[in-house]
Amino acid sequence: MAEVTLEDVNKVYSGNVVAVRDMNLDIQDGEFIVFVGPSGCGKSTALRMIAGLEDISSGKVFIGDNIVNDLQPRERDIAMVFQNYALYPHMNVRENMGFALKLRKMDKGEIDRRVNEAAKILSIERFLDRKPKALSGGQRQRVALGRAIVREPKAFLMDEPLSNLDAKLRVQMRTEIGKLHNRIGVTTIYVTHDQTEAMTMADRIVVLKDGIVQQIASPQQMYDTPKNIFVAGFIGSPAMNFIRAHLERENGGYVAAFGSTRIKLTREAIGEHPDVGEYVNREVIVGIRPEHIEDARLVEITSDSDCVQVTPQVIESMGSEKYVYFSVDRELAAHTKSMEDMTAVGADGGGSTDDFGDLMVARISPESTVREGEQVKMAVEASKIHLFDPETEQAIL
Amino acid sequence: MAASAGAGNATRGNAQGAAGAVGSGKGGSGGGTLSSALFYVFLFLFVLVSVAPLLWVFKMSIVQKSEVTATPPTILPQSFTGQSYSTIFSDASFQKALINSIIIAGVTTVVCLFFGAIAAYAIARLRFNFKNLVMTLILAISFFPAVAIIAPLFIQFRAIGLINTYWSAIIADTVFALPLTIWILVSFFKELPPDLEEAAKIDGATTLQAFRKVIVPLAAPGVFTTAILTFIFAWNEFLFAATFLYEESVQPVTVRIPNFATVYTVDYGAQAAAAVVVTVPLVILVLIFQRRIVSGLTAGAVKG
Repeated sequence: MAEVTLEDVNKVYSGNVVAVRDMNLDIQDGEFIVFVGPSGCGKSTALRMIAGLEDISSGKVFIGDNIVNDLQPRERDIAMVFQNYALYPHMNVRENMGFALKLRKMDKGEIDRRVNEAAKILSIERFLDRKPKALSGGQRQRVALGRAIVREPKAFLMDEPLSNLDAKLRVQMRTEIGKLHNRIGVTTIYVTHDQTEAMTMADRIVVLKDGIVQQIASPQQMYDTPKNIFVAGFIGSPAMNFIRAHLERENGGYVAAFGSTRIKLTREAIGEHPDVGEYVNREVIVGIRPEHIEDARLVEITSDSDCVQVTPQVIESMGSEKYVYFSVDRELAAHTKSMEDMTAVGADGGGSTDDFGDLMVARISPESTVREGEQVKMAVEASKIHLFDPETEQAIL
Repeated sequence: MAASAGAGNATRGNAQGAAGAVGSGKGGSGGGTLSSALFYVFLFLFVLVSVAPLLWVFKMSIVQKSEVTATPPTILPQSFTGQSYSTIFSDASFQKALINSIIIAGVTTVVCLFFGAIAAYAIARLRFNFKNLVMTLILAISFFPAVAIIAPLFIQFRAIGLINTYWSAIIADTVFALPLTIWILVSFFKELPPDLEEAAKIDGATTLQAFRKVIVPLAAPGVFTTAILTFIFAWNEFLFAATFLYEESVQPVTVRIPNFATVYTVDYGAQAAAAVVVTVPLVILVLIFQRRIVSGLTAGAVKG
């Protein structure tokens, strides 16, 4: 077990294609870190540089106290789980799991002991004498994990290990990997494009886009205080709603105005972000999470101005909640570069499920009686809104 | 001989293609019976043309000497004798020639596979510029007419004392067989997922260990196919052997066969018997591994 540290790590391919730019990261011993981002964001490249499968163009990678830049993968004492399992087809499960130990010329009894123990943890004892092709996807993934566990390495690296599994198995294996990590506590770096996996498994999430780290934070922090529009839209499902608004001064406070809605910014929020004042009389982008919009009839409304009149177009009843999709005036719809990126992620089967294009979504109580096509008043929880600079896309508050 | 057997196989392959075409044409035309009859007629003709020389040689090897040279020649064998076969098998020089052939073809195969596998692995896996140019250059070697280099090679080999040793044939055969070996193996190696080697490297293997313990076992069918093709090539080689090996003790069968002649008469029957003995093992080899060989030749052509 060990810390893993990245210092100004860059990956530049010939032709000046930058895959990873100035990545800095301190991973604590035993931490579960998830790299998440849309495809092509450099997350896998970053992982492969740590593994030693890609050269590091510049910067330093430490595993424990050692700089590993010039070490071969086999000298780094790390184990990796691949997306397509990469089990050796000509070896049975036992040989697959013991391969690394055999290469290290470990005593045969010790190899058997470790393989059996790992097999027991993963409940694959029954399959030890089978070849990989006789196993199902989930079983193969367990073997791949087992091959990593027996090594007792300094760190586990996992490159989208669950994306070849079907949805149900993915959820199940997600929990198992979590349990496994709790049990053996090895530093783990996990790459995925699925924000749900990131949220559920990570101690800390690293969101990447275009090779640049957008934010490093715990899942809850990431969700509550995204640093920019990309992170805000990427993390959370359904994704955050974005609306163009005008920031105004009112009665010594600030309001974000759009249409007939005027959302008052709470004193607490402003206290932490004194530069809000700079945006007065300027355009801002308001971000509202779906669960912070509620059927106005079901909540106590402090002021009508916190409400939006909407006409639901589609209502999806999930049992425990209802998703209400509605559109806003065209001129209010916010479009930025990173939102387009996020839509692409949604189509990719990734985190945000914004299939409705310009539609906003509210996650409301199942008790609501809203109906499609009937205008209804929705209340926005003013203290929970986010503001972003439309130019830089950075969070204002 | 083996060449004609090979042609026979190729014809069958084409015929199967034709069968598919005929089959698909059936439904519309309604002339199913006629077209399928025609198909079998042509199929028979193709096979006959390809196999005829081999059958003729076989016939010559089992009839008596008088019938071999009879005018007009008999179509079906009229007389039977094992004389030709007993002649060649009692001939110590023929047995020696068989052994020479096995040694030359065998060593050529091993050398080709060793260098071919290493080169092919590098070409299949490493990223470097001008890869296609390298592959084309390798292929270009096999375009060289052997006759064009045989004189310089002879002089060189004589200078370093390789004439009348197995090595002269082995080296020359390797030069011409290696391109084929490399091309086939490259396509085989390319089909193996690179993740496996990466997994092996992370598991603690050196590049060579990853190659030996993961790649080679997985590419075994491909390596095996390549081995057979290379072996057949070296086994059938005549020109280099005839030029570099003029002492009887080192000559392979391809060179020995025409020498089944006494001072006064040519023993065509014995020559035919020798040809059959030399060809039959190859035909059997090809028939057994036909499917694998075809997949070896087309590997990488179509993504399965």
